[in-house]
Amino acid sequence: MDKRKSIKALLVGTVSAGVLAEACHPGDKKAMDEKVAPADGGNADGADALNRMKEEKENDKTVLSKTFFTPDEMATITILGDIIIPKDEVSGSASDAKVPGFIEYIVKDMPKYQLPMRGGMRWLDLQCLKRYEKPFSGCSKDQQMEMVDEIAWPGKAKPEMTPGVAFFNLMRNLTASGFYTSEIGGKDVGYIGNVPNQWNGVPADVLKQYGLAYTEKDLKECVSFT
Amino acid sequence: MGELQIKKQSRKYDAVIIGSGAGGGMAAYVLAHAGLKVCLLEAGPMFDPKKDSNQLKNPWESPRRGASTKFRPFGDFDGCYWGWEVDGEPYTQTGNPGTTHWEWWRARMLGGRTNHWGRISLRFGPKDFKRKSIDGLGDDWPIGYEDIRPYYDKIDRLLGVFGTNEGLENDPDGIFLPPPKPRLHELFIRRAGNSIGIPVIPSRMSILTKQINAERGACFYCRQCGRSCKVYGDFSASSCLVIPALKTGNVDLITNAMAREVLTDREGLATGVSYVNKTDMQEYQVDGRTVILGASACESARLLLNSKSARHPNGLANNSDAVGRYLHDSTGADMGGYIPNLIDRKRYNEDGVGGMHVYSPWWLDNKKLDFPRGYHIEYGGGFNQPIYGFSWGIEDLNGKGGKYNLMGAKKEAGGYGAALKKDYRSLFGASIHMAGRGEAVANKNNYCRIDPEVVDSYGIPVLQFNTSHSEYEIKQAKHMMETFSEILHTMGAVVTRGQDNNEANKWGLHAPGNIIHEAGTVRMGNDAKASPLNKWSQAHDCKNLFCVDGGPFVSQADKNITWTILALSMRSSEYIVDQLKKQNISILPPRPGKTNVYGQA
Repeated sequence: MDKRKSIKALLVGTVSAGVLAEACHPGDKKAMDEKVAPADGGNADGADALNRMKEEKENDKTVLSKTFFTPDEMATITILGDIIIPKDEVSGSASDAKVPGFIEYIVKDMPKYQLPMRGGMRWLDLQCLKRYEKPFSGCSKDQQMEMVDEIAWPGKAKPEMTPGVAFFNLMRNLTASGFYTSEIGGKDVGYIGNVPNQWNGVPADVLKQYGLAYTEKDLKECVSFT
Repeated sequence: MGELQIKKQSRKYDAVIIGSGAGGGMAAYVLAHAGLKVCLLEAGPMFDPKKDSNQLKNPWESPRRGASTKFRPFGDFDGCYWGWEVDGEPYTQTGNPGTTHWEWWRARMLGGRTNHWGRISLRFGPKDFKRKSIDGLGDDWPIGYEDIRPYYDKIDRLLGVFGTNEGLENDPDGIFLPPPKPRLHELFIRRAGNSIGIPVIPSRMSILTKQINAERGACFYCRQCGRSCKVYGDFSASSCLVIPALKTGNVDLITNAMAREVLTDREGLATGVSYVNKTDMQEYQVDGRTVILGASACESARLLLNSKSARHPNGLANNSDAVGRYLHDSTGADMGGYIPNLIDRKRYNEDGVGGMHVYSPWWLDNKKLDFPRGYHIEYGGGFNQPIYGFSWGIEDLNGKGGKYNLMGAKKEAGGYGAALKKDYRSLFGASIHMAGRGEAVANKNNYCRIDPEVVDSYGIPVLQFNTSHSEYEIKQAKHMMETFSEILHTMGAVVTRGQDNNEANKWGLHAPGNIIHEAGTVRMGNDAKASPLNKWSQAHDCKNLFCVDGGPFVSQADKNITWTILALSMRSSEYIVDQLKKQNISILPPRPGKTNVYGQA
């Protein structure tokens, strides 16, 4: 049986027919996603919804019913997010990837971040008031960057900046979590899995690059696709 | 509250099975296919991976981007309902001096935790059944490898497992499907392992690299077995045992049924099970000629201890006083870091199967070491789907001033902007991780018992745990750290996790229970005074009662226990079919007419 037919045989009745044609062309991921999801159909919330048990749905509702950050705090998060992940020649910015909305959600889902985020922004605003007589979001771009440079480099930050360094580390990490788990960020970092595929081993040029090779035993025993 | 009544079913089953995971699911499968009538109780809801799996979802389809919650501790896409905490179902600890809290994972769903497990499917070897004869510790099993080998063979064929026959003395060959080729970081590991005498061989996992029947598809290499598989390309009790058993028409499945106790008659034999239906909160009873516990090692012990009667004053089947004792988990300790050689590596799809393509079976002789039992090593790394926590802590890695500088002396760690984005790209796919999974020595003083005061929201008394690590486990963890460090340094990795483990934190040894291999609480043995079960997993004190989960294990080897739970459950279930047909253990009068009225012989 040729590969295309064998994959078709395996998936019949379980994943939609749309997948079958795609299975040997892992490149066309978006078409695949659109086609895989509708076929499973068994989810009461619609085919695209995540599978959730009753208690999770209730919890999700509770989380979404709240608002945590004030508009001013969201403005600061948006500015900082775009300083951390700006648009560059490869991809868009944190706000292009809706990272501020993710951070609003995640602090409600993980309340342990509420205090460090709120307190960190307050610390930052007070620093800026002292220096520039304005809170961070009201400062000029140059002033903002001058302030950020005081807290963005853990190895050379002044001791009195330590609370700001801790806050900026958290902000950097949350921004990266939001950005690289978005469609824009996933493409940026070059993750190309999460599709039906045939694992046929490390590409030959990569093996060569690292001075590695499969053994005869590997090639004899392991599953391979031609 | 209205009047509380107990609703009794008029139907009498050949067997009432509690729990639909590996043990209970296999029992349902074997009994149903033998034509016996089964009532299967599951404490959680229905789950069919075909419809309910979160496979192939993108990270942005989860509002928390795949982060964990108490509902899904292994992440938002994971295939297991509940974990370390279950709402309304507490458990407690004795808090005795020297104890370490037991961490108890509980799944509540059809198929139990097999929907998300690692699919690592290792046979116990000949030595694993006779450890006391080798090192004088613990106890030998009442059976040996030759007793269970035919059942391993049968489940290899029935359920599918990939691997290679290596002719290793204590890691027996099997009936294997071809394994996937090693990934890039796994080739680095193998090269390093080979150079320092540590074997690195293809892993053995119940994932279909070839199709084995018309009901299940083959693996399509998405690395998401933990979410459960829509094409049934890996083994879950839901997809491969319970759903096929339901198709025989011989199984009545009752979901959201939380078992309260096993009922017995005046002679002390089991007559059925009482349970609370979590949906309508009513009390029910269901009668069976046999009762089979597959609720998990600790839940099955809890059920027995909660099933006291005049004939079983110490709990059901507990004249030995061993129910709840000998509780043990695999040991676990980890180390990880980055391979600088893999920074800025070429992109391609290396998802592969859900987990490692290579592993290291135990390779040393414990007689020459200061701890009695071995461990195997599991490996991870490479390009993983970015989820919440992606490259968290990059300020420790990406320049000088960071705790571990992977990016050269010129640039400062931390930062922002286009240069930071470049760092995230550079580090993606360069991480490496290893985890030891070892054998703990089963100990009578590690136990769960009924908390004298606390009940759950159904009014069922809960478990209280009393567990501690011994020097054996701690020294083993120290050896793991030394080994992992040697492998990582040989391959030129920078160690960023686990290198600070030391005597004070028991070398990173995980809390007992944390590896989710609970076993030993209803152990088998020939001596009824020392063990609750005989060699068929049948209660010495109650001949129509069986336990088929991790409970019967005398010891659990350095092998993940699922494949052995399945083999033992199949063995016990075939014994039950045989005994029921001979009417040896029936407590009811023989049924009129043909002995097998439910279908095929």
